[in-house]
Amino acid sequence: MGLLEVKGINKRFGGLQALGDVNLSIKENTTHAIIGPNGAGKSTLLNVLVGKLIPDSGSVMFDGQSVLGRAPHEINQMGISRVFQTPEIFSDLSVFENVMIPCFAKRDGAFRMHAIESIFAEKGIQQQAESILDDVNMLEKRDMLASSLSRGDKRRLEMAMCLVQDPKLLLLDEPTAGMARADTQNTIALLKEIREKRGITMAIIEHDMNVVFSLAERITVLAQGTPLVEDTPDNIKGHPKVREAYLGETQV
Amino acid sequence: MLGLEKKDFRLLLIVIGLTAFAPFLLNPFPEGSDLAQFNAGYPDLMQRFVIFGIFAIGFNILFGLTGYLSFGHAAFLGAGSYGAVWMFKLLSMNVLPAIAISVVIAGLFSLLIGYISLRRSGIYFSILTLAFAQMSFALAYSVLTPITGGETGLQLALSDPRIFGAAQTATGNIPVPALFGLEMRSSFEWNVGAWLFTFNAGYYLAAVFMIIAFYISIRIFRSPFGMMLRAIKSNQTRMSYTGLNARPYTLAAFVISGMYAGLAGGLMASMDPLAGAERMQWTASGEVVLMTILGGAGTLIGPVLGAGMIKYFENIFSKINETILHGWFAFLPDGLEDVVVAMIYPFIGKGWHLTLGIMFMLVVIFLPGGLVQGGQKIAALFSRKKAEETKPNATEPAE
Amino acid sequence: MDQFILQILNGLDKGSAYALIALGLTLIFGTLGVVNFAHGALFMLGAFVAVTVSNLLTLSHKVVDETRTDFLGNPLQVDVPYLYDFFGQAAGDTIIDWAVPISILVAIPIMVAIGFAMERGLIKYFYKRPHADQILVTFGLAIVIQEIVKYFYGANPIPTPAPDAFVGSFDFGVVLGFDPNAIIYPYWRLVYFFFSVVVIGAVFAFLQFTTFGMVVRAGMADRETVGILGIDIDKRFTIMFGIAAAVAGLAGVMYAPINSPNYHMGMDFLVLSFVVVVVGGMGSLPGAVAAGFMLGILESFASMSAVIDLLPGINQIIIYLVAIIILLTRPRGLMGRKGVMEE
Repeated sequence: MGLLEVKGINKRFGGLQALGDVNLSIKENTTHAIIGPNGAGKSTLLNVLVGKLIPDSGSVMFDGQSVLGRAPHEINQMGISRVFQTPEIFSDLSVFENVMIPCFAKRDGAFRMHAIESIFAEKGIQQQAESILDDVNMLEKRDMLASSLSRGDKRRLEMAMCLVQDPKLLLLDEPTAGMARADTQNTIALLKEIREKRGITMAIIEHDMNVVFSLAERITVLAQGTPLVEDTPDNIKGHPKVREAYLGETQV
Repeated sequence: MLGLEKKDFRLLLIVIGLTAFAPFLLNPFPEGSDLAQFNAGYPDLMQRFVIFGIFAIGFNILFGLTGYLSFGHAAFLGAGSYGAVWMFKLLSMNVLPAIAISVVIAGLFSLLIGYISLRRSGIYFSILTLAFAQMSFALAYSVLTPITGGETGLQLALSDPRIFGAAQTATGNIPVPALFGLEMRSSFEWNVGAWLFTFNAGYYLAAVFMIIAFYISIRIFRSPFGMMLRAIKSNQTRMSYTGLNARPYTLAAFVISGMYAGLAGGLMASMDPLAGAERMQWTASGEVVLMTILGGAGTLIGPVLGAGMIKYFENIFSKINETILHGWFAFLPDGLEDVVVAMIYPFIGKGWHLTLGIMFMLVVIFLPGGLVQGGQKIAALFSRKKAEETKPNATEPAE
Repeated sequence: MDQFILQILNGLDKGSAYALIALGLTLIFGTLGVVNFAHGALFMLGAFVAVTVSNLLTLSHKVVDETRTDFLGNPLQVDVPYLYDFFGQAAGDTIIDWAVPISILVAIPIMVAIGFAMERGLIKYFYKRPHADQILVTFGLAIVIQEIVKYFYGANPIPTPAPDAFVGSFDFGVVLGFDPNAIIYPYWRLVYFFFSVVVIGAVFAFLQFTTFGMVVRAGMADRETVGILGIDIDKRFTIMFGIAAAVAGLAGVMYAPINSPNYHMGMDFLVLSFVVVVVGGMGSLPGAVAAGFMLGILESFASMSAVIDLLPGINQIIIYLVAIIILLTRPRGLMGRKGVMEE
């Protein structure tokens, strides 16, 4: 039984079958990559997992509970955090405030009317936020406005915001899209470190084969909205069907 | 002190000082002098300064923090006024129950309207609040006449029950609002040489409420709740993917600001016990938008400054007429005098709205932080501080 | 039945004004993505073009009329419009009488120019700013325009009559076989309705059948792609703004005889027009027009005494009520497109 169990998901947009009978199982404590050519349904699948889209049929079980029909914030509270293709951070807030917010969300839940308490009195939250910023090497930037960060730093900040919640599952949507080579390498290193140190289960959607093969322990290949094959990276590399559907065109 | 950081506490002290000494500060010119017309230290206007200050402080909690632009907040002020006047009619002329009920009524009313309007965001939210406010105005003006007094407004009458107080005074007049016997309209006048200072009971009551309102707003700004509201303004997607439900946060902010508006309405009725539908019109809501943004949305003190400035313009600046202008420029050669007066006149006196509109546009275009930000920029210029130094301050909302 | 027809007719002229203003607002939403709170001010400016034209046409000089005396026994001075000198009295009177229709010709270039100036001078700097900022800056602009008009024309409404030929009412009842006077309808309101249909038709035809319109429509659907094709969409959008301003202005010119222009008539119409746009669906031109007429007619039905007896005050709030219900049940309005103005 995996941490995340996707069974028989179907989703149509008008006449287009975006997802057809998708089954997927992500085991605890693995890094699972979902790859596939453009339009294979990767983003649709991701949006189903986080509650942004409701599938026409099928079930999505996370940690023994169904996620379907729940709002994104409820799914997050269940233990799924998401990193976006372009980092979604609180641009108008400082770096430190950016990481304090998930700390509050973790401690107080989806809503709490703590309107009179002072932020400055929340020593526990501040310590948590400081230690996570230290972990991603951003402590010296704590008072900077998030919008003034470099792209790589924004990505690291977003990662820190997810990690500080100590999620059971971290979803990463093309975490290196549009990054320069050095930044990509840094991100791979960061993700590896997170994986080793914290043992967080990760699901990665990625185009860059280099990233996929450096990180993934299991790979699912999606084509035309259906999983083609699921296996270890080594086996995927040699799989004829995969070469035909996907790898052939990228010449790995 | 009082759970505030040093900087905020200093700001609070400044505000307390300014409101306490307002009768002096606003009357700097001796009676009878040419400049006496610029004195703003008379009770009626001072009351308006603090009451609209409260209104704007509350509006700022919604707009300044969450970015939700409501064009309907005057409806809550109006509802608060009606509630207060009804207390005067039914209960007694004591202002405390009247003010309490105005806050409660405005709170419930804003809960209802906020609950519906906040289902949508952005421009749709603005238009929903606008539609609700116009609806309230139209109803108060027509069908609800038994409750609101319709066109003439809600007024006190000798025949009102006032079960805990006298229906009429010994002389057969309608009693006036008072705080345990201290009449709101009573004033103590102090002559110092050529100066006349007026200390009005109603003003000081309203000022105490404004200071409390201001203090609560500082606490909200510096609280986790306030941080969540700024997070909503910044990025709602990240908000929900961080496990936070934006809806109750925005609704809480909406209701809090609605209660502030109700408090302002209740105080208004306590100073002058009548309430009219025009207080609910959308242009009245537009006025508080102007105040907040002119002073500096999202800053602590900005809305109060904006409210003070607009009320000063409205009551003092607007009285300057052509004769006064000619008096000022009499030192110029005749022809030039006429030209100068002709050029300035459209912008002052009755044309003050034009100046206000232009200033407002300039603020929206160049100074998103309003006059407070403008002041900070000027201060930074003078103190020759490096530009970088202002940036780390972005951690906390500006003063 | 006659009551029914009468209410539809009554709703048409207000509905026409709503439709015209909402059409302009939607053009600006759809093409530029800007929420223009100054659009009501453009409508008001149009009405004041009519006022100005009729003032100019009646510019007079004093002439001493030897045949008459004033109450002191001195020779009477009478004002003689310059037009009498140019064209003679009869022709001059006719021209003065037709001031409002003449204003249409004057209003088009003026309103287009104002639209261009607004877009180039202010609006274009706000394309990338949040909608709240757009609302605020145009709200400020509306106040400024309003105050300028107030400075020059005063605060009182200025009666601006329609040509004599259109004064009076048309008896529909007789035409349709009802009793005389059952359905009477002022001529000018009829003119207003037909005029608005023509303007709306012209705008739609322009967008549908010209290359310019095609590009603009493509830009409304997908601005980036059109930009990539190397088409200078910005210039076209400026022109679109000019057209929207002209539509609002024309609506104002023709409305002058129905309601004497005053400086705040723009704000009064603005709120309702926004409601109309939202009901029709942000960014949908047919939606704006349909909702304009629909709400105008609905408002007039709600003012029937039978309805008011049943639901007191309904005539005051019907439009807002409909807007709230539509916004909550059909967030995109009657004909709105997906994703317009949604954050």
